[in-house]
Amino acid sequence: MPNVKVLAKRQEAQVRFTAGHSLCAGCAESMIVRTVLNSIEAPVVVASPTGCLEVSTSRYPTSAWNVPWIHSAFENAAATIAGVEAAYRALVRKGKIKKKIRFVVFGGDGGTYDIGLQALSGALERGHDFLYVVLNNEAYMNTGVQRSSATPRGASATTSPAGKAIPGKPQDRKNLTEIVAAHGVPYVAQASVSNLIDLANKVERAMSYQGPKLINVLSTCFLGWRTRRDSAVTMAKLAVDTCYWPLYEVVEGVYKVNYKPKEKLPIEEWLKPQGRFRHLFKSEEGKKLIAELQAAVDRHWEELLRKERCTQGE
Amino acid sequence: MKKTMTGHKAVAEAMRQIEPDVVAVYPITPQSEIAEYYAQYVADGIVHTELVPVESEHSAMSACVGAAAAGARVMTATASQGLALLIEVLYIAAGLRLPIVMALVNRALSAPINIHCDHADAYLARDAGAIQIFAESAQEAYDYMIMAQRIAENERVRLPLIVNLDGFTLSHSVQVVEPLPDEEVKQFVGEFKPVYPLLDVENPATWGPFAMPDYYFELKRAQQAGMETVPEVFLKVQEEYAKLSGRPYKGFFEGYKLEDAERAIVIMGSTAGTAKVVVDELRKKGEKVGLLKVWLWRPFPKEEIVKALSHVAKVAVLDRALSFGNMGALYLDVTSAFVHREERPTFVNYIYGLGGRDTTTEHIEQVFAELDAARPGELRYLGLRE
Ligand SMILES: Cc1ncc(C[n+]2csc(CCOP(=O)(O)OP(=O)(O)O)c2C)c(N)n1
Ligand code: SF4
Ligand SMILES: [Mg+2]
Repeated sequence: MPNVKVLAKRQEAQVRFTAGHSLCAGCAESMIVRTVLNSIEAPVVVASPTGCLEVSTSRYPTSAWNVPWIHSAFENAAATIAGVEAAYRALVRKGKIKKKIRFVVFGGDGGTYDIGLQALSGALERGHDFLYVVLNNEAYMNTGVQRSSATPRGASATTSPAGKAIPGKPQDRKNLTEIVAAHGVPYVAQASVSNLIDLANKVERAMSYQGPKLINVLSTCFLGWRTRRDSAVTMAKLAVDTCYWPLYEVVEGVYKVNYKPKEKLPIEEWLKPQGRFRHLFKSEEGKKLIAELQAAVDRHWEELLRKERCTQGE
Repeated sequence: MKKTMTGHKAVAEAMRQIEPDVVAVYPITPQSEIAEYYAQYVADGIVHTELVPVESEHSAMSACVGAAAAGARVMTATASQGLALLIEVLYIAAGLRLPIVMALVNRALSAPINIHCDHADAYLARDAGAIQIFAESAQEAYDYMIMAQRIAENERVRLPLIVNLDGFTLSHSVQVVEPLPDEEVKQFVGEFKPVYPLLDVENPATWGPFAMPDYYFELKRAQQAGMETVPEVFLKVQEEYAKLSGRPYKGFFEGYKLEDAERAIVIMGSTAGTAKVVVDELRKKGEKVGLLKVWLWRPFPKEEIVKALSHVAKVAVLDRALSFGNMGALYLDVTSAFVHREERPTFVNYIYGLGGRDTTTEHIEQVFAELDAARPGELRYLGLRE
């Protein structure tokens, strides 16, 4: 299992993702990308859909990528990596490539939950050998914090703003992790930028399987969430400690909750520091919505624990 | 050896002989049989291609882009709505200079939905940056699929290439086709030489970066330069292929009884065959009529077309798709080629055959008959109930 020392060593041995990118100072995405790439020993080829990571790392004629990397469009990263992986299989069969190479996608929630869901589902069903890492910052950040289907209910985003008539996004977030699990792929997990060693372990475990794998990583965007710039880790930790974002994995259909907080914090602790939820604390209606969000978190958490009990056969 | 086969089968045969590393394809009438034939070759172990049976045409072209950037020889095929769905990624394939060869079995675009032939799909891809070739017959479709590899993959070109064949008329009808022996095709297309492949992990390349106003323009100009080298490469490949096959491929278009023609038709695709019959009949009656059948549509061979048509008095350009709000696209191509020429024909534009409407010898006769009286620059419709 990777630990801090192992990760640091690999970071020294080969800088796969360099400094000099233009992600905001304080962005969680670079931490996740480095951790994932350093947790894979084999050579990798990476694909990214359009989004913050892509525009911040590939401004022509510069590049922050010290591994082969491709961006094609916003909705097709899974299909693109499927093509790369198909080419790899063809060329291995012809004896033109001998090395073991692994394939990784880093995609935003928009490029994954929304516009790229069909291509992702297709690639999962066809069983390509790749790891898909979702950089889930719960909105379209690159284009100005518009809502996505990962945006939580009640959050104010620029296309679901909190207004006098409507208190932010009316709909619940989509549960992508479970949608992917329903594809019956060998490995699916949720991780968080607050728990990087957990993420590293998950990547290593995922890569021990052939076939499609997905890790949905909560990735703080201080700009879109309207929190402090230095809160990438603390905010994500609150999401985990309130059980808003449980750390868990589904390995060949068996659920495992990787972290069960001793004391589950109330959802307000996660909502309060974020400007996108501020309006909820200012009205009776908002407070009612907070209670509903708490109920939803509780329900999902219990459901998750039940799934764990059931699939582990206890 | 001469065989009888459908246009589908001819295209699938060419693909089998080329045996690309990756084929990513999604079914749509009238293209599906190409996908089906190829899937059967894979299932029977006749080819060792990775077939990616994608969930949409958008993903088909996306997988082609990934595979081509990875360093593989890649092919696909589509039609109509499928082309419309993947067009975003066709632009990307061209921008990334990826030599992906695609058979486009031409079919009308919705709405109303219609599975029959016209060229609206090819016209939709006109400005995508792909090379476009039109076939008149199953034989031509077969031949150009093979030539396509060498043209698209030329190191100075490196662009996606579309081989157009008319839906049903060519794709489903049984014709005489003379395929080359497998070995000759393999030798003709040669090994694929990838450029900066993603799978060269020792030399990591960044594909598909974003470019700001400081570089975008130059990159697009470089793409145009790739297009500009196509004619030269096209002629060389064609010459080599003509020698190999013994078939008379020479030039960007076929001039049929054009040298002394006073009236002529310019056309693309299978209807050229119908028009040739009419030209022969009228010639028998002593009428000086001719035909120019375009093979290479993009890049458009302006100079050569001017040379071939300058002496003709009246030219009808036949477009099998509308450009809503203006004249047909082929008409604009041909007439704009003459814009600074003193000596030029007068032109008329006909729209014909939309949504699979039959274009018969009578229709073509009508075009020749009307040509003298037609108002220059007029837009007419052939075979339409007004
Ligand atoms: C087909 C298409 N539609 C819309 C866009 C505009 N667009 C580019 S990135 C983006 C949002 C990206 O959001 P996400 O995937 O969540 O990544 P983030 O920037 O938040 O990391 C949008 C809407 C596009 N590039 N292509
Ligand atoms: S906007 Fe948010 S996600 Fe994008 S670079 Fe800045 S902090 Fe990161
Ligand atoms: Mg996002």
